[in-house]
Amino acid sequence: MKIARSTKVAAFAAAGALALVGCSSDSGSSSESPAAGGGQIGGADCATGTIKASGSSAQKNAMTEWINAYQTACEGATIEYSPSGSSAGRADFINNQVAFAGSDSAMEGDELQQAAARCDATPPINIPMVGGAIALTYNLEGVDNLVLTPDVTAKIFNNEITNWNDPALAEVNPEVSLPDAPIAQFHRSDGSGTTDNFTQWMAATAPDAWPYEPGSDWTAKGGQGSKGSDGVAASVKSTPNSIGYVELSFVETQGLKAASVDNGGGPVAPNADTATAGLASAKVTPNPDAGEGDLTMEIDYAVQDSAAYPVLLLTYEIVCQSGNAADTLPLTQSFLTYTASTEGQSMLSGIGYVPLPGELETQVADAVNSLS
Amino acid sequence: MGDRVFTNLTRLAGIFVLVLMAAIGAFLVWKAIPAFRDNTGNFFTTQEWFPDASPPFFGIAALAFGTAISSVVAMVIAVPVAIGTALFIGFYASRRIATSLGFIIDVLAAVPSIIYGLWGLQVLMLHMDGITKWLNDYLGFIPLFRNEIGIYTKSIFIASVVLAIMILPTISALSREVFLQVPRSHREASLALGATRWEMIRMAVIPFGRPGVISATMLGLGRALGETIAVALILSAAFEINWHITEPSGNTFAANIALKWNEAGPIGLSALIASGLILFIITLVVNMIARAIIAKHKEFSGANG
Repeated sequence: MKIARSTKVAAFAAAGALALVGCSSDSGSSSESPAAGGGQIGGADCATGTIKASGSSAQKNAMTEWINAYQTACEGATIEYSPSGSSAGRADFINNQVAFAGSDSAMEGDELQQAAARCDATPPINIPMVGGAIALTYNLEGVDNLVLTPDVTAKIFNNEITNWNDPALAEVNPEVSLPDAPIAQFHRSDGSGTTDNFTQWMAATAPDAWPYEPGSDWTAKGGQGSKGSDGVAASVKSTPNSIGYVELSFVETQGLKAASVDNGGGPVAPNADTATAGLASAKVTPNPDAGEGDLTMEIDYAVQDSAAYPVLLLTYEIVCQSGNAADTLPLTQSFLTYTASTEGQSMLSGIGYVPLPGELETQVADAVNSLS
Repeated sequence: MGDRVFTNLTRLAGIFVLVLMAAIGAFLVWKAIPAFRDNTGNFFTTQEWFPDASPPFFGIAALAFGTAISSVVAMVIAVPVAIGTALFIGFYASRRIATSLGFIIDVLAAVPSIIYGLWGLQVLMLHMDGITKWLNDYLGFIPLFRNEIGIYTKSIFIASVVLAIMILPTISALSREVFLQVPRSHREASLALGATRWEMIRMAVIPFGRPGVISATMLGLGRALGETIAVALILSAAFEINWHITEPSGNTFAANIALKWNEAGPIGLSALIASGLILFIITLVVNMIARAIIAKHKEFSGANG
């Protein structure tokens, strides 16, 4: 017994020593030859080493899939992503604790200046990476093809329309018989990028019905708050005559129904194709305060197109344009090249996200390529 | 020599706890300063919570209200049940039942609060309509129980029921221990004088145990005030003072911190810490009051003799 234990300890110590040796040689070699592993994934040469990242929880599932795929293809690479929230991620980035941060909104203002300190005195850049659609999910027995306009949606979420038999709802749903039942409206009780994008869409398309300032905290009165998208999805699922907003992936995994949205160009059902078409109308609006090659985007929430879904969200990776640490740059660059590649992006639609439109994909790849 | 070393060690331990408390207080104050400085609302009377707006506008009125009322309702439900359970275990139940019941209550205290939260959200809430509608129909003339919107989910009342279940084991287990401390001679004396069991409990057990029961209650209250995740899952998190506790509404200090922390901006974080400071002070005051009550009752209970 005693012998067995001491052997175990010895083995453990030896393994530890090997790991230490491994670490030190890794960081040395990887900066010289990124192709040390020899493998390739999505057009990116494998890099080795360890990087940490943190931020947006909306990116969590995408990151998990990407990291698994990358680490399988590239031996000796370890990427850790902790989904601690966008603000926490940006703070970690500023404090030089992570190689890159995931964020539901582009970094701007003071934060760019604060972050410059860790990026060799140049501000970092925002790179759009993970797109998504926000679905208006509802629970109405016998109704499968609800249509909502921005105005009606805003009035429902602002408690001006409180019953499903409201004439305004009947007007946009002429062929559907809606019940005489109070609307149970669910929103997020926690701060969230989903709320931010959802309220931006309402503020942009129905400013009269939605007078509030868009933001990650819910500002309207009334309705019911649930924690997290999973909470909203569960609430809608268990409450008859309810409506809520969640990322598209929750509609698919929870077996919920999603309304078609009519921005003026006809009703559009949310799915990966219509959402990618919606994202194609987003414009690159580089922030002059950010580093060179910044890809801050402006989503066109008012897009009127019978094939483009308008309630969208776009999340970013925030990285140093220059001044990346020598031991993290190769892996950061290689990993982000993979995630921006067609191979990386096409993986997204299977897990409820929305791939970036082709043209943007190229711009993102160029931005990643220029990191130094 | 050994004595002196030990005295100094214990003194050091005592001082360490004080320093720790002071350090926590100082940290909270320091981190809360930006929020107090930039706030354009009244920190104590504003109900809204927009710390990341420009200019920041927020206050803790709704949070303080929600924290207080959910804890009070939880105490109203939990304390009688807990004391009843403790008395049953101590004086009525057979030894076998008492042992297993005591064990089950101890296990109840060990269930993580997230489990209570999920259970409250996904099981209890679906079965609360009956009682909340009954309260509205028959006691609706009391504003507290009136429901004007016809939706009974995600309410302070449901959160309070879950809180009550969470603090019940704490209060019950401590009360049980206190009741068991009642000297056998006291109990036997009252029985010998012809008291029934209920009279014995009323005259010998409860007066002796009162300070202990009060401190158990205050410990339970402390847990209810600070409970975070279970409340965050259940409440609808509205920043308004709503006396109708069966309507979806309500928010507490701890739940609000848990919900808003991840996406809060710089002032938002500072504002959350400021609200945490208030909770810290409230908890301190509650405990000081409890101590004061215990100290007062000890002198007169005659239990020390």
